[in-house]
Amino acid sequence: MAVSSDRHTVDGAVEPVRGRDPGHTVIGYAEQYGLIVVWAALIVVFGALKPDTFLTWSNVSSLLGSQAVLVVVTLGLIIPLTANDFDVSIANVMTLSSMVIAVLNVLHHVPIGWCMLIALATGVLVGLVNGFFITVFRINSLIVTLGVGTFLHGVTLWISDSMTISGVAPVLVKYVIVTRLLGIPLEFYYAIFICVVVWYLFEYTAVGRRILFVGRGREVARLSGIRADRVRRGCLVASSFLGALAGVMYAGTIGAADPQSGLSYLLPAFAAAFLGATTIVPGRFNPWGATLSVYFLVTGITGLTFLGIRTFVQELFYGGALVVAVTLSQLVGGREERL
Amino acid sequence: MPDALVIENLSKTFGGQRALARASLEIMRREVHGLLGQNGSGKSTLIKILAGYYAPDPGGRLLIDGDQVELPLEPGEFRRYGISFVHQNLGLIPSLTVVENLFVGELASRLRWGISWEQERRRATAIFAKYGLNIDPAAAVAKLPSVQRAQLAIVRAVEEMRLGDRRRPARGLLVLDEPTPFLPKRDVEELFALVRGIVQEGASVMFVSHDVDEVLAITDRATVLRDGVVAGTLTTRESTRQDFVEMIVGRRVETVPARPQDFGREEADAAIEGLSGGTLKDLSIDLHRGEVVGLTGLIGSGFDEVPYLVFGSRSAEAGCLKLGAAIYDLADWDPSRAMAANVVLIPGDRQNAGAVASLTVADNITVPVLSTEYSPWMLNRRDMLRRAGRLARQFDVTPGDPSLPFDTLSGGNQQKVLLAKWLQMRPNLILLDEPTQGVDVGARQKVFAAIKEAAGAGAAIVCASSDYEQLATICDRVLIFGRGRVVSELIGGAISKESIAEYCYLGLVRLERGLEATEAD
Repeated sequence: MAVSSDRHTVDGAVEPVRGRDPGHTVIGYAEQYGLIVVWAALIVVFGALKPDTFLTWSNVSSLLGSQAVLVVVTLGLIIPLTANDFDVSIANVMTLSSMVIAVLNVLHHVPIGWCMLIALATGVLVGLVNGFFITVFRINSLIVTLGVGTFLHGVTLWISDSMTISGVAPVLVKYVIVTRLLGIPLEFYYAIFICVVVWYLFEYTAVGRRILFVGRGREVARLSGIRADRVRRGCLVASSFLGALAGVMYAGTIGAADPQSGLSYLLPAFAAAFLGATTIVPGRFNPWGATLSVYFLVTGITGLTFLGIRTFVQELFYGGALVVAVTLSQLVGGREERL
Repeated sequence: MPDALVIENLSKTFGGQRALARASLEIMRREVHGLLGQNGSGKSTLIKILAGYYAPDPGGRLLIDGDQVELPLEPGEFRRYGISFVHQNLGLIPSLTVVENLFVGELASRLRWGISWEQERRRATAIFAKYGLNIDPAAAVAKLPSVQRAQLAIVRAVEEMRLGDRRRPARGLLVLDEPTPFLPKRDVEELFALVRGIVQEGASVMFVSHDVDEVLAITDRATVLRDGVVAGTLTTRESTRQDFVEMIVGRRVETVPARPQDFGREEADAAIEGLSGGTLKDLSIDLHRGEVVGLTGLIGSGFDEVPYLVFGSRSAEAGCLKLGAAIYDLADWDPSRAMAANVVLIPGDRQNAGAVASLTVADNITVPVLSTEYSPWMLNRRDMLRRAGRLARQFDVTPGDPSLPFDTLSGGNQQKVLLAKWLQMRPNLILLDEPTQGVDVGARQKVFAAIKEAAGAGAAIVCASSDYEQLATICDRVLIFGRGRVVSELIGGAISKESIAEYCYLGLVRLERGLEATEAD
């Protein structure tokens, strides 16, 4: 991209470039906090239409709690996305992890602590496999994780005999959803904690800076002494680990494992990740934007369901949101390029 | 018989600067006509006018086969007049087969159904046979040896030329734009045999080159451009290499004197030894603290690969790097190890290799020192911003606000940011690739000053560049490359813009004598 040469004069002096810090312009503020305003408006509208169901504390708290699983999947997803890699196996990792817990705990009576450890280790292993194929054989991450994800789905169906397995140890359920703090299930706080960790990682660690450079310019990163392949593998392991953790939380949320559950998480997670990249820190995948987007999307869907619109609205909403979000982020990026 | 191409009085001005001034030349029917000149001599401007990329200044005339053609040409209009181009990159699609590449123009422009590939392959074989070539039409282009790839591109151009000029099927003008720099010497001869065959059939060829020897070998006549002006046209048979070099460089060249050895120097502080990889073969260079060593040569000579191989961003086959007492194996080397050894590279491609354009100046400046200057698990963002601001001021970056995105800066200021990014590490060895490419005059002086200062602080500096003036300004020693080896060395007072140019063109002569000598052994 050529920086226009007409900007400088013969003696090398450069015209002052007008401030582009998005935080200090009206458009900047609109971009950064627009989604929060729209979200608030959505809550007001649904609240006015259905005051005695939508705006009840039980609805709000169960919504915050039950969607924590989706928040964790989305947070996992934005890590490799920042490094410019896709991980579409993450939802299948989640399902497999929850199924590993159910099978071991319910059918083989393995103590729940061990089950969780094994489930998380499975996630790490999948991340290593993804990273191996992507960085060693230079295969597009989308293809590798699509294949691995489908493979994992097969494994899930196999070990569960394609059945939902219920009866997971109540202690897990207790510490995920039953116990409440300030009236909200604990899993909400787990998700927020992970959000804080990812935010800290992205903003205040050398690793986070390196992930960003690898994603924005792999060659620049390499020439800056960053071991780009190692960073990419690390990101894929992190996303699979968070996928597995989401699986643990899923098993705790419903006390069971459903071999098909992954399907309904992948697209919403992508939609939230891309929508999140248009807010809070516009133009960049960011954990607060992603978390906010999950709840924004869920609010919209829940509200529409309460209005009596049938369940297919979920697909319409998530699918539409993904395309709109990607278009928006393209527009944000494109406008910056032109400036 | 009218001339194949006549150019009269052709000029092109870019923003007040004359890239081409009243150029005239004629190419006869069945002639191989060379077009020679240094970088910036107006060669590529002339070619781009013919290709229809540039509109020339009014007043020029262009005659093809005796018919006057209206200027400017539209892009691609040259096809209608039976002109065809083969550029250096050849324009082939490596993953497709030979036959698909050969007929790509036809397949793209005509609606054809039910293609019989069997028949197309036979047709391709027949075409190749006409030129005495034996290329498998079913092979993937990526699998062909480089010379066959070049031959395929040329044959395709000739066939398209015929296609475009149905009125006069045997005629046409083929423009070969530097097709040889990446071919081994032996293969160049094979390519020339093909060119001669094409001329036999009645076409004419314009052969654009840097390489005097190739022009001597293949052309009938050659026109030399210098600073946008036609310096003259020589009849090849009656001219010597010396005549050509003189005309290209623009002054009388004395025969090569023995250069005095630089005995004043102490033992080398650092050295590149036995480096092979890419074009380079067994390259050894001694380096000294405080010395700026320039690397240059013609395109394809390999000088520009040295910084990347020594930094480990491209992998070398063999070689080692000595820094003080330490010895590093360059065959097992990567940028992070190079940085740990206090070696830095400032790449030529600012936008794709130097910095991430969409991130801020501060982000870009601080990325190499994240774990050396800060605690990596608790970055002090405010201090990073302060540091970047301090460095931006020190290197005179305007505007000096480090929170601006990198791509809002001008080319010169971007280069200053890159210098700040790398020189903050106080490196022992600095590798530069075209450090002032696309940089304005003021910034150029700042870059030179920064390089001198780093040398003064005790760094050894290697600068690869094809900007002879820049090399003459900053270098203590200039090494001139030809076909992957150092062919000449200029030291101290012997370095000037003209002497570098002269040795670049003469260098190949000395090399070939040397090679013939070794082959005779």
